[in-house]
Amino acid sequence: MRGDEGDGRGQVWRSRRYRWDLRWSPYAFVAPFFLFFAAFGLFPLLYTGWAALHQVELTDPDSMTWVGLRNFTRLWDDEFFWNALRNTVTIGLLSTVPQLAIALGLAHLLNYKLRGSAFFRVAVLTPYATSVAAATLVFVLLFGRDYGMVNWALSTVGFDAVDWQNGTFASQLAVSTIVIWRWTGYNALIYLAAMQAVPGELYESAALDGASRLQQFIHVTVPSLRPTIFFTCVVSTIGATQLFGEPLLFNGGAGATGGSDHQFQTLGLYLYEQGWVNLHLGRASAIAWAMFLILLVIAGAARLLRGREASR
Amino acid sequence: MRARRNLVTTAGLLGAAAVLLAGCAQDPAETPGKGAPAGGKGQTTLTVGVFGAFGLQEAGLYDEYMAQNPGIRIEQTSIERNENYYPQLLTHLGTGSGLADIQAVEVNNIAEITSTQADKLVDLGKAPGVDKASYLPWKWAQGTASAAKGGATVGLGTDIGPQGICYRKDLFEAAGLPGDRAAVGALWAGDWNKYLEAGKAYKAKAGEGKAFVDSASGVMAAVTGSSAQRFYDEQGKVVYKTNPAVRGAFDLAASFATEGLSAKLQQFTPAWDQGFANGTFATVSCPAWMLGYIQDKAGPAGKDKWDVAPAPKPSNWGGSFLVVPKAGKHAEEAAKLAAWLTAPAQQAKLFEKRGSFPSASAAYKLPTVSGAQHAYFGGAPIGEIFAKAAEGIPVTVVGPKDLVIAQNLADIGMLQVDQKGRSPQEGWEAAVKAINNALDQ
Repeated sequence: MRGDEGDGRGQVWRSRRYRWDLRWSPYAFVAPFFLFFAAFGLFPLLYTGWAALHQVELTDPDSMTWVGLRNFTRLWDDEFFWNALRNTVTIGLLSTVPQLAIALGLAHLLNYKLRGSAFFRVAVLTPYATSVAAATLVFVLLFGRDYGMVNWALSTVGFDAVDWQNGTFASQLAVSTIVIWRWTGYNALIYLAAMQAVPGELYESAALDGASRLQQFIHVTVPSLRPTIFFTCVVSTIGATQLFGEPLLFNGGAGATGGSDHQFQTLGLYLYEQGWVNLHLGRASAIAWAMFLILLVIAGAARLLRGREASR
Repeated sequence: MRARRNLVTTAGLLGAAAVLLAGCAQDPAETPGKGAPAGGKGQTTLTVGVFGAFGLQEAGLYDEYMAQNPGIRIEQTSIERNENYYPQLLTHLGTGSGLADIQAVEVNNIAEITSTQADKLVDLGKAPGVDKASYLPWKWAQGTASAAKGGATVGLGTDIGPQGICYRKDLFEAAGLPGDRAAVGALWAGDWNKYLEAGKAYKAKAGEGKAFVDSASGVMAAVTGSSAQRFYDEQGKVVYKTNPAVRGAFDLAASFATEGLSAKLQQFTPAWDQGFANGTFATVSCPAWMLGYIQDKAGPAGKDKWDVAPAPKPSNWGGSFLVVPKAGKHAEEAAKLAAWLTAPAQQAKLFEKRGSFPSASAAYKLPTVSGAQHAYFGGAPIGEIFAKAAEGIPVTVVGPKDLVIAQNLADIGMLQVDQKGRSPQEGWEAAVKAINNALDQ
């Protein structure tokens, strides 16, 4: 009797433990992520939100003076902020649009049967694996005014030397080039993966209908890739909004000004300048939150656009 | 950026290591610091945080001190750029953690440190072995907090940046100017305007594509470095806008650009380095610490072509301090080390090995300084030239935001004039606007 009872209790205990295990273990397994997220994601987010409502200097982060929304409202009159926003948008467009177009074309080429395809697929990804610092420093040399290779090439075909760092459009184009160079291969591989999921029959029937390779690309590949294209657009937009390393290093010794006329100062750079050069923690936090809100607005707009497209 | 990320990683690893070691330590009271041999005699590890190639380690000073003090081990962490190093130092001082036992501070930041952080730092003026009389009075004053803030000397001066004019002898002679350094110095002695005149004379003969100076902002830094009052007045008010010395320096430097005497380069960029190698410009205002840089960039081909002459007026550009945070575990030992590192004998060694010019004037009498010659610069008596400049530098009023003001004047205002061809007035206004924004006015 006793033994049975004990056995029964043991069984109950075991099965209960089994149920708990089933129920709670997954939470234990994912907990580290959420703990780290809380420490390094959520806390900074909330803290910068709090700091944005204060006047606080990095030299003395303990003394905060409550200023309400002043750090945000003053952004309306802050010409440096609007300049940075404008630059972020133009550099974003200058880099994202060609980047995705080239990536789509590259992916289409990689999708052909070709010898050593694995090599080419790895090769397009190498710029992505290069550090921003190293890549940018090389590009700074290429775009040098006096001894740069780009200007040398231009001069051989009869063009005047361009001052890549000082011209507004020239400098933004140069910065965009670095971004394009780094991210095109990455996007190309994403497109390639999506292309390989497109059913072969679609191409076969298109070919039977007499569609050329180009027509197949436009009428079969691109429509099938629409969700992927949307995804890469979102990711690139977020990347473009946060653009920082390339313009920072493109400016040689001058730090976060983004050129003598702030001609390529992005929002990320302006945030850095306010926070880490001028040491205004509160104002920098407000810019960070403004960037976050801008991204939310863009995301909302994209959702609306998607919704309309889906209902069509 | 890379340096910063490395530091974060290193700091993380060190933090983790410290936690582990603290857990293992047998007797934390007896064996402070990591790397203490378990159960053995206590050894103290002192950490020194610096930016760039500071030179203390490279000149062998740490090794020498460790040999003299067997109980001490010195470790150095370095962050390449001061723009990355300094904000981190501030946040660490703010939280009282993550600090090295000794931290380096750049001269442009020292006023902010003495006026906002003095209470977190050890008064080194009272440290054993520190003798006020052996330092240049203006350097000592810069490291000392105002009486209202307690009057403690929290920063001990390391090097300073007395300036000369480095010039290309061969280019000068080809343009009909004298090549001998005494005669070159006499060309512009006592007046920066004469430097401009010499530039015009040079340009008249040198022809197209040859510039007299590397950049207008280099000239501006040199001219502002020679005035006692710059961006702040004695009361700590920002006066750069109305100070004729600053506006005068800006306009004078701008005329180098408008007269076509500038190579329109930005200092410390790859293009500037290439300019040295290609002989694009004939002169550059050079603080003592820049000689090694020029030698490095101009390479063997420039040997015996470069020379150095006295600047029109004694002027200072750059230099550093050592501070000891109170939050450090070994503040007392650290103060002793800081005093030793900045003593005249060690500063003379640093000059001999690394070319950092001593701020301890007592070192100028030592033969390694007074007799120093620079082989690359035609055997120029640099000890004599720079010591004379150092002693003539006025007691400069430094303010907490000197760096921000100087940076915007150079990288916004002067660069617009020099590289974008804007008028000096437009450049000035752009700089003022940027400075107003930076100073939160």
